[in-house]
Amino acid sequence: MSSSVDTATEIRAFRVEIPEEQIDDLRGRIGATRWPSKELVDDRSQGVQLATLKALADYWTGDYDFGRVAERLNAVPQFTTEIDGVEIHFIHVRSQHEGALPLIMTHGWPGSVIELLETVGPLTDPTSHGGRPEDAFHLVLPSIPGYGYSGEPTEIGWYSGRVAQAWAELMQRLGYTRYVAQGGDQGAAVTDDMARQAPEGLLGVHLNLLRTALGSTAGLPTASEQERAALEAVTTFRTSGFGYFLEQSTRPQTIGYALLDSPVALAGWMIDHDTDSYYKISRAFVDGQPVGGLTRDHILDNITLYWLTATGASAARSYWEGGRAAALAASQTPPAVTIPVGFTTFPGEIFRAPRSWVEKSYPNVVYFNEAERGGHFAAWEEPELFSTELRAAFGSLRNGRST
Amino acid sequence: MSTTVETTTEIRPFHAEIPQQEVDDLRRRLAATRWPDKETVGDASQGVPLAKLKGLVDYWATDYDWRKAEAKLNALPQFVTEIDGLDIHFIHARSSHDDALPVIITHGWPGSVFELLKIIEPLTEPADGADAFHVVIPSLPGYGFSGRPEAPGWNPDRIARAWDALMQRLGHGEYVAQGGDWGAVITETMGRQAPEGLRGIHVNLPASVPADVEAALAGSGPVPEMTDEERAVFDGLAASRKSGFLGYFVALTARPQAVGYGVTDSPAGLAALFFWHPGFATWSFGADPNDPKSKDEVLDDISLYWLTNTAASSGRLYWEHGGAFPTSATAMKVAEITIPVGVTVFEEDSFRPPESWTRRAYPTLTYFNKVERGGHFAAWEQPDLFSAEVRAAFRSLR
Repeated sequence: MSSSVDTATEIRAFRVEIPEEQIDDLRGRIGATRWPSKELVDDRSQGVQLATLKALADYWTGDYDFGRVAERLNAVPQFTTEIDGVEIHFIHVRSQHEGALPLIMTHGWPGSVIELLETVGPLTDPTSHGGRPEDAFHLVLPSIPGYGYSGEPTEIGWYSGRVAQAWAELMQRLGYTRYVAQGGDQGAAVTDDMARQAPEGLLGVHLNLLRTALGSTAGLPTASEQERAALEAVTTFRTSGFGYFLEQSTRPQTIGYALLDSPVALAGWMIDHDTDSYYKISRAFVDGQPVGGLTRDHILDNITLYWLTATGASAARSYWEGGRAAALAASQTPPAVTIPVGFTTFPGEIFRAPRSWVEKSYPNVVYFNEAERGGHFAAWEEPELFSTELRAAFGSLRNGRST
Repeated sequence: MSTTVETTTEIRPFHAEIPQQEVDDLRRRLAATRWPDKETVGDASQGVPLAKLKGLVDYWATDYDWRKAEAKLNALPQFVTEIDGLDIHFIHARSSHDDALPVIITHGWPGSVFELLKIIEPLTEPADGADAFHVVIPSLPGYGFSGRPEAPGWNPDRIARAWDALMQRLGHGEYVAQGGDWGAVITETMGRQAPEGLRGIHVNLPASVPADVEAALAGSGPVPEMTDEERAVFDGLAASRKSGFLGYFVALTARPQAVGYGVTDSPAGLAALFFWHPGFATWSFGADPNDPKSKDEVLDDISLYWLTNTAASSGRLYWEHGGAFPTSATAMKVAEITIPVGVTVFEEDSFRPPESWTRRAYPTLTYFNKVERGGHFAAWEQPDLFSAEVRAAFRSLR
């Protein structure tokens, strides 16, 4: 019946509303935190340091405004629509410039749409941010299933490839027949899968994490100093920085219990991501010296969103899905990416992907640059610089578009 | 001054008594647990299933009585003594037979002295007095009522030396040592150190996996020639590694503090972590008539970790150890052991090495046996059978 079809493809406006009692409960739990003894080392080598997490908790219950999450999200147009059986939440900001290029950008873990919010201005309204009208994008920022205000899958199978298919459907549903895609972290996995699936209308992608090398460095060149440094950084990550990855890809439910029940456990688990971002965040809380957009408020907006949506376990499950998909596809070579690829290496990233590695992974690299600043959460930390990279990377794909 | 010396080697009686407010706080937190949604699979492949954990937590919050657990401990002679700057808690149960053989038995993770309580009576007062032991059961540093180290360095080497110091301090000049799980690591380390009084060791988590097999499991070497029995064990090890059960080992080795916050602030989170361990994951709490462990027994152990706030400090032992697999002969350097070694393989454990590997691993193996019942926590699960194995393994060393 047409009515049911309509319901399934309907796009509904969405607003965040948080009951006051949930905030009271959160505040109460943070205040009642039972702490472990101090780590035995002077660095992050045993995990998030007690002083860092205590400073975070103090700020969270003391100065932090719990209304921020709803305010910031409700300041942009949000929608939901059901795709493949799951309710997808997304931000959709149309540029005032009619010739703008539609862009779907995917967050990562432990991020959310919050990490991308500061790029909305520069990307959709470039003339107010040092850009030209022809730099404009219509911006779509979806929440991955199991994250934020998207629905939580109740069945297995939502690995990055399925999310990629859903994103193509979303763009089509929004009427975008020619568009580009971008992502880092889990967003890089989704965007890489989109590039391999090459749905009709996808003109090209930009990535800021080389997913392929994180999976395996076999066959990547290691002749230059830069290449050897990258290899060493990947190896370090895989040996000492991999705990959260392995945990979430094998037992997401196990860590999920603590993440749902203890806000401080959730915060600790989320900021223990990579060395560069950890120390930046730690300095923001302990010394009050944030780096770029990684401010105390921004960090807590993201953690508070995870808490209020109770998505610690379901977000972790996306790694389990990734592990399962990788095991199922172990003997198959994924289809090559033939559409244009742009890539930016940010200096604080887990490893600085050299151009040679990017070109080895993707045959059609149309843009490569090493940015001056920024780390794993580049869009969050350096939104203006990040936006400049996207303008440059996608510039050549706009040919033939009216501006 | 002599008073300082006396203070540090003093052995003080110990009585467990957790303040009521701590017990009340635990109950309050259990009742206020905020649960995740159900896992998306029909088995434990994403972690302990919601329904199983909820059932245990409901019981923990209502019917479980910590004071009964405390009474079990306080019925035994417990002591604390400072060794190498740290307070070590231990149970010291002397046999009525004066010439009994002293044995120091070490628990594992996520176990504690609770896993060893049921073997005390069979070991100290056996039917044949010639088999009797004086039993010493210490709590590992950072575990239970032992002190929590405040500086790095309490690795298995240091713990092994402390255990010998403890036995000497107790007047047990000649003794044997036993352990499974971490207890096996400590016991094998003692075996390598071979302090003068140590006559022999017995372990029930042997480091039997040969170097070439370990390399094949890690994907860094070819699969060597194997007998059918060896091949079956190899396949089981490969499958279990693939299933992710070792993840807790990797996570605690790399990031004990990161895991620590959740398990210190959320008792449900703590229980969930423990169920990652294959030794716990298979327990059915009486649903299976062949599986006698009760909810109370497992909650005694989990509550001890909670109430002593040692969830994080206990995990640090993995970090101190540095990731060497306790089952690997090369990693554990067991070929360096020159004193007699006994091994019992319990057939319900997830790791059941063949005798051939075990003989290759331990040049001084004097006892090997496989028994049908009993799993990873064999002393807890099958105390009589376990005690019989300890007697048999050490009989020739008396």
